[in-house]
Amino acid sequence: MFAESTEAAGWFLENAWLIPLIPAVAFFLILGFGKRMPRGGSEIGIASMLASLVIAAGTAYQWVQRVDAPVAEGEHALARGSFGFARTFSEEAAEAGHEVAPVISTLDWFDIGRLHVSIGSHIDGLAVTLLLLVAFISTLVQIYSTEYVRGDRRYTHFFASITLFSAGMLTMVLAPNMLQFILGWEIMGLCSFLLIGHWWEETANSKAALKAFFTVRVGDMGLLVGTAALFALFGTMEIGEINEQAANFAGDNKGMLLFAAIALFIACIGKSGQFPLHTWLPDAMAGPTPVSSLLHSSTMVVAGVFLVARLYPVFHVGLDINVAGQSFNLIAVIGGITVLIAAGLAFVQDDIKKVLAYSTVSQLGYMMLGLGVGAWTGAVFHIFTHAFFKCALFLCAGSIAHTGSHHSFDMKKDMGGLRKKMPVTFVVWIVSTMALMGVPFFSGFFSKDEIIDSAKHNHYTVFYFVAIIGAAMTAAYMTRATYLTFFGKARGGAAHFVHGHDDAHDTHDAHADAHGHDAHGHDDHHAPAHHSAPLPFAKTDSSWQITVPLIILGVLAIFSGYLNAPALGIHWFEHMTESSIGAGSAMSVPPPPEFSWAAAAPGLLLVLAGFVVSLLISKAVFGEKKTALQGLTQRNSLLGAGHKFLVNKYYLDALYENVIVKAVAYPIARAAYWTNQHVLDGIVNAVGIGGKRTGELVYKYVDQGLVDGAVNGSGATARGAGGALQPVQSGKVNLYGALLFGAAAVGALVLVLVNS
Amino acid sequence: MLVNNFLILGAVLFSIGVYGVIARKNAVLVLMSIELILNSVNINLLAFDRINGTQDGAVFALYIIAIAAAEVGVGLAMVLLIFRNRKTIALDDLSEMKG
Repeated sequence: MFAESTEAAGWFLENAWLIPLIPAVAFFLILGFGKRMPRGGSEIGIASMLASLVIAAGTAYQWVQRVDAPVAEGEHALARGSFGFARTFSEEAAEAGHEVAPVISTLDWFDIGRLHVSIGSHIDGLAVTLLLLVAFISTLVQIYSTEYVRGDRRYTHFFASITLFSAGMLTMVLAPNMLQFILGWEIMGLCSFLLIGHWWEETANSKAALKAFFTVRVGDMGLLVGTAALFALFGTMEIGEINEQAANFAGDNKGMLLFAAIALFIACIGKSGQFPLHTWLPDAMAGPTPVSSLLHSSTMVVAGVFLVARLYPVFHVGLDINVAGQSFNLIAVIGGITVLIAAGLAFVQDDIKKVLAYSTVSQLGYMMLGLGVGAWTGAVFHIFTHAFFKCALFLCAGSIAHTGSHHSFDMKKDMGGLRKKMPVTFVVWIVSTMALMGVPFFSGFFSKDEIIDSAKHNHYTVFYFVAIIGAAMTAAYMTRATYLTFFGKARGGAAHFVHGHDDAHDTHDAHADAHGHDAHGHDDHHAPAHHSAPLPFAKTDSSWQITVPLIILGVLAIFSGYLNAPALGIHWFEHMTESSIGAGSAMSVPPPPEFSWAAAAPGLLLVLAGFVVSLLISKAVFGEKKTALQGLTQRNSLLGAGHKFLVNKYYLDALYENVIVKAVAYPIARAAYWTNQHVLDGIVNAVGIGGKRTGELVYKYVDQGLVDGAVNGSGATARGAGGALQPVQSGKVNLYGALLFGAAAVGALVLVLVNS
Repeated sequence: MLVNNFLILGAVLFSIGVYGVIARKNAVLVLMSIELILNSVNINLLAFDRINGTQDGAVFALYIIAIAAAEVGVGLAMVLLIFRNRKTIALDDLSEMKG
């Protein structure tokens, strides 16, 4: 039915708007019919995500074809298809041979004045990457969730929210204009609130949900302001046009562009958990683990990075990135700070999910740093690879808690020695950890190394050092977490699991203890009889719904990097996405540097050093042998102070709650009190005294003589009327409503009769 | 003309809303019904806006949306407080105002 336009692009490219629409519809279906379905609505969610995945895969395939064989020049076709879809295929100014125009299909949404807003899809390399990623990860996470939240009391609502969550991200990813972008962005904000607070019966969880929502909200103001500024500057909401105008920016009000870039970046700080608004992300661990996994890998937190990548010309020109002689800019500075402080915090966490959460914050810092130094491809590719291994790590953590440690995430109390009993989880964890550390030939290496290399090559020397130190810290804290989880002696819940249920005698207390800090609220979730079958070669590991997604993600954690491996001379991903960077007279993004092992060596050596040092310290501190290092933070006051500083998260939470909130709230309250006492009371008193004098005069002459008689008469009338009307005053709100509408109806009738 | 259909939709929504306000006992549902009424008015405003070819109706509708948001905020806060104090939000039980 769309036959007239298929020769221009391809069915999938033009109908990519179906990708977010299917899960959005599925959300309503799950809400409406989920509880009556045999599997509580999860089948609708999974089916919708699979459908999205198929269409996204088709879109990706056709996009690759489009890039490899660019369509002929001069196709400014404006074909009006059926259902009122106005299709525009704008071949942007394409001087360079590799420039591939995006495919934009839109439907008119509304017009207000000169503002024309449409809704639809804007498909280019960047959008295709994220579409495929989000649909893929969402599908796996939903399959995993069928086992993980089995028997939960809000099972159906969980799947409804998580499906809408993916729909929000997909809506945002293919947004052709800023308004649709904001729509998707806000849907995600809402769903993250719902999902983080999924087990809201516990105060901590509902507080974490509120904190996430409000903190992100602070940033969201920036998105609105920034969009308004862009509209004021360029007079359009279309992302393609904004990018083109920004890339060729030559106006003299560059300050406005700078303002828009900063405002939009504040939104990114909030959404992507960058310093100083990163505090909500670790608290968001209160949600179920599949949610953390989805939130931290491909949706929500990468939205901020995606915004910067999407509107890269605005930031690149507005913030003077890659201008000669400039070695700092806002994005790189914030990214760099985030890399280091989050990595530092990851060292002192006992909760395995919090280690991963800070690790995500730190890796998001890398992406921002990459965008800040002009490594667009590296940063976007890091989004891509990071999604697989971070999702795998979170799902591993969930698998451990679900099967191995009695729903506890405390590495020190309830884990250790799990590697033999949970082989699949262990192998996937190790592979993903190596990818995260940036070990050569794992996926994280290729993306992270390109960011680090570009920082050096583009003369951002400070950030080069920040990045390699961050890489070393990543290796160190992941080694610590791995050691605590899988090696050493089994403790608490894990001991109960590893040594079987026979010697439950001495672990009984630990088991009860594990229940005490169980972050979940699922009481009806403990019966092992409900668990499905595990894979045949790993009988003691989690069931197949958990391990199969883990294996798929583990494989991708190795091989996804080979789409763009400069070390092996592969630049395929770069070739596919480079048309999304934007090109114009005002911006010139330097090409990624040539890879050489000599340039990568310092970073790799530091990673190795971080790994070795951390392994030795972990063995000494957490191992079975007594050593001098144990309890060092208690004995050495300097180290103890540092430890306390980290445990208290640099006192940022205290700063926000005690200092800023009080500093803002108290003066306002005091000013209001002063105004009340002095200004308002003065006026009231003056009026009162004047009124009293007048009253006395009036009383003497008017009241006593003239009015009293009338009052007595009217009083009697009113009393009679009141008595008659008393039954109407029933106290029933519904009755009042009925009377109100009845009177309004009579009034309307009178109006019509009088006017006709 | 299509505008008639919008007006009919508005009228239907309005009637459903009025029915809800009168017949429902749950305070939250009454609030939702009030929302329906407000939005039916919005639809009317936008329909007339289209007939007259101006933007006044859209502006009014935006105002109504903003005010409706505030109204729901206040309303839900009241419902919450009532629920805390009395463990019920059935409107029939709230008859202190009986004269």
